[in-house]
Amino acid sequence: MKSNLSERPDYYKSLKRNIFISVVIVSLIPLLIFGGIIRYVFQTSYIERVKAHLTTMVKKHAQNVDTFLIEREANIVSLAEAFGYEQLSDNEFLRRQLERFQTAYGAVITDLGVINADGEQVSYAGPFELADADYSDSEWFEHAVESDVYTSNVFMGLRRLPHFIVAVRRFENGNVWLLRATIDFRAFNELVQNIHLGKTGFAFIINRNGELQTHSPPQTEIDISHNMVIFDNDIPAAFVDDEPFFESRIDQEGREIIYVARLLKKGNWALIFRQDQLDAYSDLYHARRIALMTLAIGGFAIVLMAYGVSRLTAIKIAEADQAKEIMNRQVVQSGHLASIGMLAAGIAHEINNPIAIMVEEAGWIEDLLDDETFQDGENLNEFMRSLGQIRKQGVRCRDITHKLLSFARRSDQRIQLFDLNELIREVADLVSQHARYNNISIEMNLSNGLPPVKASQTELEQVLFNLLNNAIDAIDRKGGKIEIQTWDTDHMVYFSIKDTGSGISGGDLERIFDPFFSTKPVGKGTGLGLSICYGIVKKMDGDIVVESAAGKGSRFEIRLPASDEDEESPRTGAAGNQQT
Amino acid sequence: MDYFSILVVDDEVDFLDTIVKRFQKRNIDTVGVTSGEKALEAMKERLFDVVLLDIKMPGGMDGIEALREMKKLQPLTEVILLTGHGSVETSIEGMKLGAFDYLLKPVKLEDILAKVGEAFEKKNAHEEKIRKAKIKELIRYPSRAFDIDQLKDED
Repeated sequence: MKSNLSERPDYYKSLKRNIFISVVIVSLIPLLIFGGIIRYVFQTSYIERVKAHLTTMVKKHAQNVDTFLIEREANIVSLAEAFGYEQLSDNEFLRRQLERFQTAYGAVITDLGVINADGEQVSYAGPFELADADYSDSEWFEHAVESDVYTSNVFMGLRRLPHFIVAVRRFENGNVWLLRATIDFRAFNELVQNIHLGKTGFAFIINRNGELQTHSPPQTEIDISHNMVIFDNDIPAAFVDDEPFFESRIDQEGREIIYVARLLKKGNWALIFRQDQLDAYSDLYHARRIALMTLAIGGFAIVLMAYGVSRLTAIKIAEADQAKEIMNRQVVQSGHLASIGMLAAGIAHEINNPIAIMVEEAGWIEDLLDDETFQDGENLNEFMRSLGQIRKQGVRCRDITHKLLSFARRSDQRIQLFDLNELIREVADLVSQHARYNNISIEMNLSNGLPPVKASQTELEQVLFNLLNNAIDAIDRKGGKIEIQTWDTDHMVYFSIKDTGSGISGGDLERIFDPFFSTKPVGKGTGLGLSICYGIVKKMDGDIVVESAAGKGSRFEIRLPASDEDEESPRTGAAGNQQT
Repeated sequence: MDYFSILVVDDEVDFLDTIVKRFQKRNIDTVGVTSGEKALEAMKERLFDVVLLDIKMPGGMDGIEALREMKKLQPLTEVILLTGHGSVETSIEGMKLGAFDYLLKPVKLEDILAKVGEAFEKKNAHEEKIRKAKIKELIRYPSRAFDIDQLKDED
């Protein structure tokens, strides 16, 4: 069927676009909302999980470092309390104590020294040449003499190596003295360097001045000023509660960095874990990429589907509109037929009565001529012949008006049982004048005993009219022949109309039942005739096929279901060959 | 030919006059009237064997109405509908109301006579049946009154 899309392109384009937009919106919005909710819930829970994991890890390691420092302080305090200044001032004794420590704890304590109130080292045990070292000007000494136990920041000192010391202040005989131990920097550093996550996650310790107390990882340069912020700002509540502090900050290169920090050594140091957010949430970002890809593929599929659905719907609507238009035209045509029918009925009635009078008057004259008075009249035979003509022509007029009345009666679409042969004869008779004028003979080969057909007689009459008129139009003025045949097989009744006209070319043959398709000259054919025939026959559960070739005429074959109500309407008896 | 009487009802006076004359020429007792009302008046005065009734009569009682009343007045009288209108539906309605048959104008007098003859035979057969039934009834129940309407319903 020819698409209506080409006839009202703007309307159907707009319709298609609107359907497309509606389908896309209706499909995509729930998908996006659902995807957004899932993304939010998943992201929130994932970040919370990472945060909890990092916080726990930092807290545990900070506790380890604190424990390490407390243990070392306890070692030195107990040594100072167990032995006095006298014993510990002995280098040999001090060396043995150092060996004992190193045996028990490994090389965590590098050396031991006893310093008097003037900052002079009285005794020393360790690998360096520091036997007579003077610490009176050292910063750590100033702090150490002011507190019972003091742990310094990391510094280079006299040995020019990074280290820090734990010092215990003791009073003996009114004098102050200090027992000092140097903590092995490498051993301490290992406590922090083991904290490593992903590609960029590592930990370090800084003091209140923002100075590193551990090695910084080789691939990363720590921005000290940046780290200082942690201490410069107000101390977060988390620090007070002994809980790690978690924060995201943007570094100078614009990267988002996660910091997790916890105070150590009574608030003097802080263990800080640092990781690129991209690294920390890499799994989340990976999942997000997959989700986005899935969403994109889903969205693309929806758009494709919407396009297909909108196109198909627009085509279906166009076809429905076209069918409606055809139906409207059929209704108009039916209306015209009904009007013609009513007019014909009126005329027939008006004519029938005067004809009846004429016929009766002629009959009356014949009656009178039967009287003996007129029997010997010279022109009696001529009178009788003339009256016979009047009666004959009256009957002819009656036949014409009866056909008109018959046509008027059938302008409805009621289903009824009828004899197809009889209908074919009537229609053929009606078009016979037209056919004769065109030098066309109509031959009928109607099957004897054809079962009745149950259908709308008016509609089938219309089919016959259209097919016969088309056949006449297809034959040129030189004349030709139309053959009508009926037969039946397997509860089906067939009739065919074959002409010797111009025929239909192959290309046109495929479109012959399309509405508004016509091979007739412009203005002569509406292109609806065969389309209507097709619709009527299909509605009757029948079929219509055409065989034709250019220059060789056409043959239309129509198949209709035979009625089962044979007992009500017996098979037709009068049939056979006939010619008009 | 048997003697029988015909009432012809048609508003076309020319047709009516001619057909009445033609029937009368054949010694058929024929009365012609031009409306349904006049036909009913005529039937109140005497019996008819057959009525030829035009269906379409403008300006008064139409054929179908007249038929209904005629069947009340003379149930055994056969009515043949005559029409130039050719309305099968109207004719079928008339048949349901008890008309014998219908004929389409113009129609040959011979055809009318043939149809009238059939109607007359049917009427005679009907009357014969009633007569026999009445005799049977009287033999069996001499004191019982005869109800012609009841017998008609049983027909």
